[in-house]
Amino acid sequence: MICQGKVWRYGDNVDTDVIIPARYLNTANPKELAQHCMEDIDTTFASNVQAGDIMVADRNFGCGSSREHAPVAIKESGITCVVAGSFARIFYRNAINIGLPLIELGEEVKKIKAGHVLRIDLAQGILENTSTGQVFNVQPLPGFIRDIAQSGGLINYIKEAQI
Amino acid sequence: MGMTMTEKIFAKHAGLDQVTPGQLIKCKVDVVLGNDITAPPAIQEFDRIGKPVFDKDKIVLVPDHFVPNKDIKSAEQSKTMRLFARKHRITHYFEVGRMGIEHVLLPEMGLVAPGEVIIGADSHTCTYGAVGTFATGVGSTDMGAAMATGETWFKVPSSIKVELTGSLPKWVCGKDLILTLIGMIGVDGARYQSLEFTGSGVGNLSMTDRLTISNMAIEAGAKNGIFPVDAVTMEYITGRVSKAYEVVEADADAVYERVIAIDLSALTPVVAMPHLPENVRSINKVPDIKIDQVVIGSCTNGRIEDLAEAAGILENRNVHEDVRLIIIPGSQAVYLEAMKRGYVETFIKAGGVVSTPTCGPCLGGYMGILAAGERAVATTNRNFRGRMGHVDSEVYLSGPAVAAASAVMGRISAPWEVTK
Repeated sequence: MICQGKVWRYGDNVDTDVIIPARYLNTANPKELAQHCMEDIDTTFASNVQAGDIMVADRNFGCGSSREHAPVAIKESGITCVVAGSFARIFYRNAINIGLPLIELGEEVKKIKAGHVLRIDLAQGILENTSTGQVFNVQPLPGFIRDIAQSGGLINYIKEAQI
Repeated sequence: MGMTMTEKIFAKHAGLDQVTPGQLIKCKVDVVLGNDITAPPAIQEFDRIGKPVFDKDKIVLVPDHFVPNKDIKSAEQSKTMRLFARKHRITHYFEVGRMGIEHVLLPEMGLVAPGEVIIGADSHTCTYGAVGTFATGVGSTDMGAAMATGETWFKVPSSIKVELTGSLPKWVCGKDLILTLIGMIGVDGARYQSLEFTGSGVGNLSMTDRLTISNMAIEAGAKNGIFPVDAVTMEYITGRVSKAYEVVEADADAVYERVIAIDLSALTPVVAMPHLPENVRSINKVPDIKIDQVVIGSCTNGRIEDLAEAAGILENRNVHEDVRLIIIPGSQAVYLEAMKRGYVETFIKAGGVVSTPTCGPCLGGYMGILAAGERAVATTNRNFRGRMGHVDSEVYLSGPAVAAASAVMGRISAPWEVTK
């Protein structure tokens, strides 16, 4: 899969409470959740994000609560891939399980700024910053985690294994 | 090569002789947990698989976040979980009136035992590491899949050994230890790793302190926080746990990525300042901060010993006129015991309110939401921006003694300022 889009840039320790505040967790409807995605740290995101855009953050993205509503809200908002220095572990597995692509880039992520346009080829493991021309090699997902991602999530993976 | 406690538990549940950090495994689970927020999407994913539940005795469903239902949408979510529990004859479904905050309730009911693999669609599932078991938070899809298959996947974590010596001084509790540790290593200091608590100091920690410590392992980014099984554990689980279990010990030659030594005797009460649990300061170094609300309760500090600590300070004293004090016993059993011991009367006479068990204000759900500019001292576990309400409110995390003292003084205070 190839995705290309504008960067929405955030910092360290973006927690799942700001990705989707608990006051909206009386529903699990993706469309309703997406309307409030990121609003506690960025009131412009939900109304301006375009399908295909890419979210980029620094260390420990998605820390805190295990709410799957967080990656669901991001995915439903139109974001095609989240790139971060590192991910909190529950967010990481939740994103894999629901089929939201992630890229862990370490310190290199600092070179990506707000408004840059990225082109990501997940199959080839290549992330290109078309605004600066920089190309980053992306480590492939290990073992059966890659299979889960390629199935589009955990439930599809389990169903395929049953057949 | 020797294995840590977590590695040994994983190896056994994956049917392997040995596992090593970084290895991907699939393993059996002993308990699958969900609540009124996370179970409804899990049930949706479960239904997509189209299989029956793997074991109706090993699934635990607890409505605790927004119950008694705070609004119509919450009522619908609780209803979804309730109907699922009835349809699949789930043994351990706890209705309002019999429920508690899940991580207070499960140990109390003996549903978690040493040596198990437990997953819960709630990040504080790591609480159960206190009884020498592997327990970790997952998402709803993981929960839904495990309800059908009885299995889940893990990357085996490397481990950090936290070696404890000494014993806690007066007014210092397990909360102060775990906040101090998070302050030392940061909110991602144990990311993807296991925290294994060991050393001669462990024996001096009560089960309540251990549950609080394991509970907040996630706030250091850890996958789990596990304690060895000792006499304190056995005394706690005897009479509660009726299922078979196997005690697991770390090998003497187990490999740890890092060792952190903490002398319990040298700890002081601490406060985590907004907006991260790693912003930890000794109570002696906290400036004069006026507060509007105090919350004592939650899966972190809602047990009877926590309420005892608060009652000791609030007895024959009054809550400051500018402060709302909200006390939330962690379960019906804790509530009843607090009544029998006279704590509820103490709290009400002091000018506080006592709530039914709920996660409510901890995550900004209901039952104590903060307005813009308001500040709360809370015995809860997170002080992220907007966590307890308005995005411009502030949460200061502490143990029950500091919280109770602050309620009396109207500002963040040390317990000894009140009791001197």
